[in-house]
Amino acid sequence: MDLVVNGAEQSLDLDPRTTLLDALREHLGLTGAKKGCDHGQCGACTVLLDGRRVNSCLILAITLSGSEVTTIEGVDHPVQQKFLEHDGFQCGYCTPGQICSAVGMLDEFSQGWPSAVTGSGPPDLSDPEIRERMSGNLCRCGAYPNMVPAIREAAER
Amino acid sequence: MTTTTERAVGQPIERIEGPDKVRGAARYAAEYQVGDDLAYAWVAQSPVASGTLNGVTVDPLVEADDVLAVLWHGNAPRLAEADDPELAVLQSERISYRGQALALVVARTFEAARRAAATLQLDIAEDPHDTVLRTDHPELYAPEKVNPAFPAATSSGDVDAAFEAAPVTVDVTYSTPALHNSPMEPHATTALWAGDDLVLYDSNQHPPGIAATVGALFDLPPERVHVITEHVGGGFGSKGTARPNAVLAAMAAKVTGRPVRLALPRQALFSMVGHRTPTIQRVRLAAAEDGRLTAIDHEVVEHSSRLFEFAEQTAVATRHMYAAPNRRTGHQLVRLDMPTPRWMRAPGEAPGMVALECAMDELAVALSLDPIELRVRNEPSVEPESGVPFSSRHYVECLRRGADRFGWHDRDPRPRQRREGDWWIGTGVAGATYPTMAQPSTARVRRLAADSYEVSIAAADLGTGARTILTQIAADALEVPVSQVRMRIGDSTLPKASVAGGSSGSASWGWAVTGACRALRSSSSSSSSSSSDEATFDSSELIEKQEKDGKHAFGAHFAEVRVDAVTGEVRVSRLFGMFAAGKILNPRTARSQFLGGMIMGMGMALHEESVLDPAMGTWVNHDLAEYHIPAHADIESIEAEWLDEQDDQLNPMGSKGIGEIGIVGSPAAILNAIWHATGVRIRDLPARLDKILPHI
Repeated sequence: MDLVVNGAEQSLDLDPRTTLLDALREHLGLTGAKKGCDHGQCGACTVLLDGRRVNSCLILAITLSGSEVTTIEGVDHPVQQKFLEHDGFQCGYCTPGQICSAVGMLDEFSQGWPSAVTGSGPPDLSDPEIRERMSGNLCRCGAYPNMVPAIREAAER
Repeated sequence: MTTTTERAVGQPIERIEGPDKVRGAARYAAEYQVGDDLAYAWVAQSPVASGTLNGVTVDPLVEADDVLAVLWHGNAPRLAEADDPELAVLQSERISYRGQALALVVARTFEAARRAAATLQLDIAEDPHDTVLRTDHPELYAPEKVNPAFPAATSSGDVDAAFEAAPVTVDVTYSTPALHNSPMEPHATTALWAGDDLVLYDSNQHPPGIAATVGALFDLPPERVHVITEHVGGGFGSKGTARPNAVLAAMAAKVTGRPVRLALPRQALFSMVGHRTPTIQRVRLAAAEDGRLTAIDHEVVEHSSRLFEFAEQTAVATRHMYAAPNRRTGHQLVRLDMPTPRWMRAPGEAPGMVALECAMDELAVALSLDPIELRVRNEPSVEPESGVPFSSRHYVECLRRGADRFGWHDRDPRPRQRREGDWWIGTGVAGATYPTMAQPSTARVRRLAADSYEVSIAAADLGTGARTILTQIAADALEVPVSQVRMRIGDSTLPKASVAGGSSGSASWGWAVTGACRALRSSSSSSSSSSSDEATFDSSELIEKQEKDGKHAFGAHFAEVRVDAVTGEVRVSRLFGMFAAGKILNPRTARSQFLGGMIMGMGMALHEESVLDPAMGTWVNHDLAEYHIPAHADIESIEAEWLDEQDDQLNPMGSKGIGEIGIVGSPAAILNAIWHATGVRIRDLPARLDKILPHI
């Protein structure tokens, strides 16, 4: 099967049971996306699939022929610098997923997508909005209060 | 001579490995490319809590082309005697807990290993099991010691007489559930044999310890085992010693002659790598009318496993927290058909201070006294049980300064007074403490060029910021800018470091690093030395000679919660911690550690609970969808601050450990705030809405 990963075409011969996450980590050597639960519960494996954030552990790779995948290795976004400035991580294991998720989330926001905490009218990127929209990405170190201002400031740039 | 304008220690330097972590370039244990013949392992775990494994049948048609080996006690290589019986994997037919590793499948692909493991037929003779902790368990016994080497029971004065005579008493029982560390990176090992030497890329908190432990099992001296631990995706105590994954991976690599990767699935972490024991704690407090305690009694019931005795030191903090002439603490254990409990962030202090600090709040209510004032009135001048002085203790200052910063003073002490819409609102306070320790370590420094130094120590950075603060410490000791120091850690072949645990990493490793760097400077300044480009320092002697005074960090937590009058949902609107923890080495990473501990404390108060099914003999919510840890949306206003505490009794940096104190006391502050908001006293953690709702 063929897949475009971080702009490069990749040809892969995969077991039909191989997830996108395992294809990236075990077959392409792209270990930036992390395996935290393998069940779509923690968000550490988040990548961008055709521009949208997905849990790569929940998708079988063979269903994606022709798709474009962006992993943390292919991300170049202001949120990364802001994570450094705000200390938006400790162990770093959830970090690639948090950053990919933030990039995808900001795009969803710019398209006017509402969230569970959005009132009537267009949403503004308040801290409660960021927290709600980022809640699919767990962080056991508890770096949440540092990630939220990092994402907010990255969006303001 | 080099001069620097500013000391590096105390500066909020960004994490050295940060750029790698935000680009996905930081490598963890399961991420090393170790050859084309890498094999994958998957563990078959016991489906019963007690019994005997009589055989394993492999379906020859399942993944036949890819399965390389199926190991179980009938065919696994024999290991040397293990100090930790849980590491004697695949050695015995005996099943001691549900989830125990019974077989290991090694295959060419991850998918084949997982499938083949799921289809193994395990021939098991099941025995009855007992997994329920209760205060009337007939097999309860008092251990001699609790971790690491405290007496299990202490007593002074006449506690019973003091309770008879006291005008005000509190007698309450608090229970905390089993908890799971749940680091984001599941325990993982990539193992390979290079000749007779073993190489382990392993996720752990103590590379030299893993080398020694795993080496001993394979009859290898530690220097023949190379443990590489460049980055660790969190541990919180669960990676402090070798876990079965390291042994299983090494065994599989030996049998197959290939490198083998074993990354435990999330579900396996709930049985194979440890948990915090559930506790049932009875706290009795007796006080005079003025609030002065006349007696403290803290009795704990907790569990260990059939395999060995692990006795959490739950009541130990109570021994030095408050003054009282009559006092008693004790621990009782029962050995259940359960996995062995292990260390989880602030073992002992975290659950113990829930009971003590909530009981203190209940006593303040009984006395009609402000809970801060009650604590201030019981401030001891020396450690109450041992009589030794404190090296420094600024608990009262934390309470008072924290109260100012939080806005405590106009608080109406009565519960259930503030309502905004559907929300009941209240505030609570609780104290925090954690011991200050240092353990022997060795560091080496080399001058690579006039303006370049390499400092080495086999420490592990679990996200604590160790790599960064050690660089700062080395730069100051060498009197050079941090840009001239290259810090090497995370490798067992480097000079021996103590475990990243007990909030002792910075103190222990920083001590050795300081010593080595100072030795290099002094040898450079004496013209006679021929080896002035390298120095090594072992802190053992200095630590041995340390003053045996009471060394502890202290703190105070303040919480504001709102409780939904319709649903019972609790939200923590504000959480504030004020700490006295010696010299803060890096304010940026320190604040993150404090906040991270407080957030885990919020999880302990409100979310986290491993739910036991007594029939199955296991916890049923064994994943991150059902074991709830705080998420982004749970956090509102949270902040940590600290006093500028000087203490020259500790170590060359004057630092106290900060990795754990954030989780100590924060759960109690939240529970006390729930009472203040609603009048409902939650004594069984976590404070789920179904426990609150019937009472509001």
